[in-house]
Amino acid sequence: MTRERGLEGPPPEERETPAGRRNTQGIRIDPEVEATHEPRRTVISALVEHEPGVLSDVSGLFSRRQFNIESLTVGPTEDESRARITLVVEEPDPGIEQIKKQLRKLIPVVSVRELEPDAMRRELALIKVESDRPDQVAAVASMYDAKTVDSCPATATFEITGARQKIDAAIETFEQFGIREISRTGTTALARGTDETTGPSPAEATESTADEANHEPYQPADDD
Amino acid sequence: MSERAASVTPDETDEQDDDQHATTETELESEREAADSKPAPVTTGAEAVVRALENAGVEYAFGVQGGAIMPVYDALFDSDIYHVTMAHEQGASHAADAYGIVSGEPGVCLATSGPGATNLVTGIADADMDSDPMVALTGQVPTAFVGNDAFQETDTTGVTAPVTKDNTFSTDPDRVGTDVSEAFALAREGRPGPTLVDLPKDVTKSETEREPDGPAVPETYHVQERADPEIVAAAAERIENASRPVMLLGGGVIKGEASDVCREFAIDHEIPVITTMPGLGAFPEDHELSLEMAGMHGTGYANMAISLTDTLIAVGTRFDDRLTGGIETFAPDAEVIHVDIDPAEISKNIHADYPLVGDAGTVVSQLAEAVTESPRATKWRAQCQQWKSDYSMAYQTPDDAPVQPEFVVEALDEATSDQAIVTTGVGQHQMWACQYWTFTEPRTWVSSHGLGTMGYGLPAAIGARLAADDDQEVVCIDGDGSFLMTLQELSVAVRENLDITVAVLNNEYIGMVRQWQDAFFEGRHAASDYHWMPEFDKLAEAFGAQGFRIDEYDEVPDTIEEALAYDGPSVIDVHIDPAANVYPMVPSGGDNNLFALTEDQL
Ligand SMILES: Cc1ncc(C[n+]2csc(CCOP(=O)(O)OP(=O)(O)O)c2C)c(N)n1
Repeated sequence: MTRERGLEGPPPEERETPAGRRNTQGIRIDPEVEATHEPRRTVISALVEHEPGVLSDVSGLFSRRQFNIESLTVGPTEDESRARITLVVEEPDPGIEQIKKQLRKLIPVVSVRELEPDAMRRELALIKVESDRPDQVAAVASMYDAKTVDSCPATATFEITGARQKIDAAIETFEQFGIREISRTGTTALARGTDETTGPSPAEATESTADEANHEPYQPADDD
Repeated sequence: MSERAASVTPDETDEQDDDQHATTETELESEREAADSKPAPVTTGAEAVVRALENAGVEYAFGVQGGAIMPVYDALFDSDIYHVTMAHEQGASHAADAYGIVSGEPGVCLATSGPGATNLVTGIADADMDSDPMVALTGQVPTAFVGNDAFQETDTTGVTAPVTKDNTFSTDPDRVGTDVSEAFALAREGRPGPTLVDLPKDVTKSETEREPDGPAVPETYHVQERADPEIVAAAAERIENASRPVMLLGGGVIKGEASDVCREFAIDHEIPVITTMPGLGAFPEDHELSLEMAGMHGTGYANMAISLTDTLIAVGTRFDDRLTGGIETFAPDAEVIHVDIDPAEISKNIHADYPLVGDAGTVVSQLAEAVTESPRATKWRAQCQQWKSDYSMAYQTPDDAPVQPEFVVEALDEATSDQAIVTTGVGQHQMWACQYWTFTEPRTWVSSHGLGTMGYGLPAAIGARLAADDDQEVVCIDGDGSFLMTLQELSVAVRENLDITVAVLNNEYIGMVRQWQDAFFEGRHAASDYHWMPEFDKLAEAFGAQGFRIDEYDEVPDTIEEALAYDGPSVIDVHIDPAANVYPMVPSGGDNNLFALTEDQL
């Protein structure tokens, strides 16, 4: 009982082939231009239920999906049943959209918003320096509005709050005296003026996803 | 489901539904009956858990007993929920998964803490990848012991977080029932998926009078039903102007009960239809417009069409890499209209030019309303038909070679009805089932797609059997390696006298691996040669099932008929050609258009 042999259409090299191509992000491209989105740094603020396990859900999501996370801070809000998680991420636009959508899928996440580039962003650092030259150290400290929180004959510890760049600069300047230890928080952030940091509710968010899925124009986000 | 009152048995419900024209007397009687069967008030956390399941209309639960889950089993003892004791917890989670696929309602599985819970994980992960509705309930050590490495303690919510839609560590006896109700609602609402509730023993043992709330999703969960009308209008215009349109139907079409609207839409506008592997059954494969399944082992015609389409109407698919091949070469000429209930699936792998977030059925109806003119695609349809004959799915059955697996799959298909349910393990046999079974109805194809779990077939057949109608046949097409992984569940099929027919396509290889080794590893058969396989027909007899064996073509029809006719579990050990391979094939990450028809073309 020998059946007909099938599968004998033209071999691969003789088949009609499509003209187009997609980039690695799945976007159709003009073969001449290799259009891919470059990573950018942005702040995402998530309002979550203030309950155990939520932070690990969020951080687990990031590691599992290989999203590049720069910093993550969390703390209570004006509503004691809610906590705010502030994430600084560096990803290409499609990745940032995925981060927002995946975050919204977590059941304890109430709302998610990517902040405008002009949002207020602050970080806190404790910097412990050698105090061989106390006058000069004090001068640098006042240059950066640093507060002395501890001092002894050998060391002085300062507290600085501000944008990431300001803290980077302060650290760089303190280095001349010898830095013993540094501890920095990640960035926390709020939207400016009457603009609300809290993103749309899940209901509103799903309605806006259609727009988000169509890539928004690229907006550079500089820290202040 | 919700109208099924707490702990009223399914039979009684049917009676109540049926007696619309009943006399006053029988009405009274059934009222009295209902009053008699009114459940006793909840007194413990465990009873609240069981009450939550009853409220959700659960008929079956699959599991294995153990220390930390004992209070829940004790409460189940008094319930009308039928508990199917499985041989291994992995079997419980696959059975629950398959139950969910066939019935559309979450399947329930239970396990004790520690090893019981970890044994469930494969099945939970499987359900997660395939978006199948499932509720897993796990026992946990008493809360006072949690974190102390107590006997049989595992951080179950930690272990399962990446593979569940949501999970909860339940700590309050007054809340525990509601936690289960919520898990139930979450498992089936929106994009379905597995949920888990971890139940510390002290919480289930504690007294409570709190009746659980009915199944409802938490406030923060929201599902969008209808897509943005503006994008619908734009997509409709695109469809009207398409010259090479294709519909791609994924598993979401079946889960969203959208097969009928999709069929109507495709047929009305004469659009060729491709399915993904989980989408098998969404469109009748014997219809002229069907190009069957695309992807790694999809048909040549489906892969040609998907490569050359200019308008891809994708519904309920997540564009898995086994479907797309290399992203760069996937439907590169196509503008993509993507319908999905999960916003995160839109533009995750393939950019959607027309993102339509919403329920598959609702959105395709919206599209159907908006499309007023069919695309002019006569030439394209003719081209698709040409490909169908160029690359027809036929095979050779030379007399001097052993039985070819394709022949067995076709013989099984011919011997069963259109409603028959097929389950499989993972490997070559699974692909032959996809290729040579003609699927025509949704919820008749039960397989492990995203996770690709060997050993899925038999426990899935058990779950499917219990969810299926009595007159639906359940056939498990398995591989020897896959069957060996969970065959202890035969004991369950025998105990429950489940009418299941297992056909083991026995090639004494873990064949799919052998095929890849031949193609990509110079034929070095590292650990893929299984010449020590038991005789499955005899093994079946040892379990108390009916065993059959096939070595020759002329034994095929009669043996299949006998096995199907046997009223209980039967196993056919089918000795197939060990050299048989699956073609067409798109090498992993390759261009769908360049599918190989033979090894030489790889
Ligand atoms: C649990 C598990 N382990 C390993 C694999 C890798 N794997 C994929 S296919 C396959 C071979 C399957 O062999 P068999 O069940 O005999 O089916 P055949 O390919 O011979 O039809 C293996 C080992 C898997 N998919 N699942």
